[in-house]
Parts: sequence; structure tokens; C-alpha cells
Amino acid sequence: MYAQMVKSEATTEAPELLAGFQARIDAGEKIEPKDWMPEGYRKTLIRQIGQHAHSEIVGQLPEGNWITRAPTLERKAILLAKVQDEAGHGLYLYCAAETLGVSRDELTEALLSGRMKYSSIFNYPTLNWADIGAVGWLVDGAAIMNQVPLQRTSFGPYSRAMIRICKEESFHQRQGYDIMMKMAQGTPEQKAMAQDALNRFWYPSLMMFGPSDKDSVHSAQSMAWKIKINTNDELRQKFVDQTVPQAEYLGLTIPDPELRWNEEKGGHDFSEPDWSEFFEVIKGNGPCNAERMEARQKAWDEGAWFREGLMAHARKRAAAKVAAE
Amino acid sequence: MSNEWPLWEIFIRGQHGLNHRHVGSLHAPDAEMAVKHARDVYTRRNEGVSIWVVPSASITASSPSDKGPLFEPSNSKVYRHPTFFDIPEDVGKM
Ligand SMILES: [Fe+2]
Ligand SMILES: [Fe+2]
Ligand SMILES: [Fe+2]
Repeated sequence: MYAQMVKSEATTEAPELLAGFQARIDAGEKIEPKDWMPEGYRKTLIRQIGQHAHSEIVGQLPEGNWITRAPTLERKAILLAKVQDEAGHGLYLYCAAETLGVSRDELTEALLSGRMKYSSIFNYPTLNWADIGAVGWLVDGAAIMNQVPLQRTSFGPYSRAMIRICKEESFHQRQGYDIMMKMAQGTPEQKAMAQDALNRFWYPSLMMFGPSDKDSVHSAQSMAWKIKINTNDELRQKFVDQTVPQAEYLGLTIPDPELRWNEEKGGHDFSEPDWSEFFEVIKGNGPCNAERMEARQKAWDEGAWFREGLMAHARKRAAAKVAAE
Repeated sequence: MSNEWPLWEIFIRGQHGLNHRHVGSLHAPDAEMAVKHARDVYTRRNEGVSIWVVPSASITASSPSDKGPLFEPSNSKVYRHPTFFDIPEDVGKM
């Protein structure tokens, strides 16, 4: 999930107002930007949509890392298109967040100052080409798990952004799996690279869904408001059950000795990721946190002249047009 | 003065001759750039053959609190729908 551990904001409005709002949500109505909404709903959504948007943008970095080194021209064009889609996803989501009264610059500044987070997964490095396969297959796969139900979220602009995004995600996962198939069916060295990528990305992918429900303090309110549709554990279970046969087809082994089918629950038993690692990454101590933020900061600083220059040009032209009239 | 690019609402007409449809918004310094950005953000998969961009600030929207007075009057006018009228089968297709 691209929005992990989103803290729900307290709400202090009158109980009748809150009950009326809840009734609208329970009736399946969409909440639109100009409708009345509790402050907590608004703030929680800004945090969640903002975190989701930041994840799409920062998520371009680990994959962008391999665009110039893709093994063929076709793979390069495909990866470029995939990364461009992620930029688009970020833009759809920023716009959805902005309808709640926060500006784009405020969101960017909150990311750069560390006040807002992005998904832990993008703080892991992409060391070789097999990692690009693993990211598409597992990371986009996990993202889809989370994003498909969010198409039904109660906030109209968020729901519409998710619908657009979901239309594009399937390509992302398939191109990743396609890379994995090629590698797994290649030379023993290539297959070993694919296995190594799976080994490194498996647990970080499971972490994307956030901590276990029993430790997840922010879920209840968000689920009542339909900002969150499934629990972290439900989605993680679905992801594991979906991914196991895909790994089997590749002839790769999921790096979990405890992984087995549990007939009784109709799903796999599997090991939890190392949650202390997850909390360290969230705090900023993952392998690539500093590098990712440096790259975002650099892009923001070095783009300033461009943003300002185009704005100055637009103002000058608008003034000239007024003068001519 | 803020240097944040203003917001534009984007409308796209698809292949099949339907109306331009609102697809979302984006930031751009001026209309010309808004069209270019809209091409990249909203038509990466052949979604359209024509783009309109409108400054978001120029849009006047009905207010949610007027929902009742604006839209309820049409609720009671079911006779505006053809299914309101029973036409005998013998009459044939109508
Ligand atoms: Fe995405
Ligand atoms: Fe993604
Ligand atoms: Fe994606």
C-alpha cells in the first residue's frame, strides 16, 4: 500500500452533523470537495492522498535508475512509459488532494521537510535489471491490491483518480512479470539474479500493506469513513495467495520456510516481515532514504528557474494582451 | 506574488464524436502549456482527439446546499420519461 500508517485526525464537530455525514457514506454517496465534511475526514484524506501522491513520484526514482541501462531498446521504451505513468499517477493524486484546500507547493514542501511520508518500499535500492522485474511484479502488484478497492472510496476526487490509475497499473505489473519470465527462463546466472531480486523484494513488498491489524491503531475511523476499504492483513493475505502460484510458474522460491497452504483458512500461512526494519525505514533509516530525498530536493531546487521563468513569461504575455485590447 | 502555476480543468473529446468530458485538472503557467501538459497527463493511451483547457478559477459551480431547490423539482415530473405512458401493444413500436 502506498499510504502506510496514515494517522486519522480527531474530529470535534457536533454529533448530529457527524451522524448525518456518516449516513451519507453508509448510503454509498460520494463526498465532493464543496460538501460539508468533518475536519478529521479532510485532514486524514490530505495526509493519505498526499502520501500516496508522494509515493508515485518518489517511486519513479528506483525504476528511473535503470532506464538508460535497459537491456534492449524495446525494454527501455517500455520502462520509460511505465515511469511516465507513475508521474501521471502522482499528478492525478496531487490534484485530488488539492481539492481539499492544500496547495501543490505545500504538499511538496511537506515531503521535502520530512513532515509527510511516502511508501517505505521506495527506500530499497534497485541493484540490477532483475530488480526492475521484481518491482513491477511485486511492488506494482501490491499497489494494485490496495488501489482496486480504493476505487470505491467515499471521496469523489480520490475515487476518480484511483479509477484512472487502476486502468494503467495492469500494464506495470505485467511488464515486470514479463522481465521475470525472461530472466527465469534464461541462463542459470540470469535465473539466479531473478531469485536474488525476489529474495530482496519479498519482505519489503509485504511491508507495503502496513503493520498487522492488531498493531494498526488508525484503521477503525478510516474504515468507517471509507477512506480505507480493507484491513492491512486482509490485503497482505490476498497478495501472498495471488503471488505464490506466479512464483511457482517462474520456478522461483519465495524466501519463507514457513510458507505453506492452510486448507482450513483457504489461504497461505506465511512469515511476517521484520517490523523493526519497517519502522526504521519509516523513520528515515532505510538504505536509500537520504538518496531519495536528495534527488527530490535537487529536482525542486534546480527546477525553480524554470517554474518561475514560465510564470513570468505567462504574466508578461497576459499583460501585453490586456494592453492591446 | 506566488509563483505556483495556476490550476486548469481539462476536457477531452474521445474518438467517437461524443462531447468533451471533464477528465481532471493540472497546473500550467498558461493555456498553451496547459494543452501540452494535458496531452502528456491525460492522453497517453489515445484517450482523445481534442483537448479543452479552462482556468479553474473561471468555473462557477452550483452550491451543494442548493441541491434541493435545483434538482428536486424534476423528481416529481416522472411524465418526462417515456416509460410513464402505457401504450397498448397493438399499436406497435413507438
Ligand atoms: Fe502508480
Ligand atoms: Fe507504482
Ligand atoms: Fe505502477
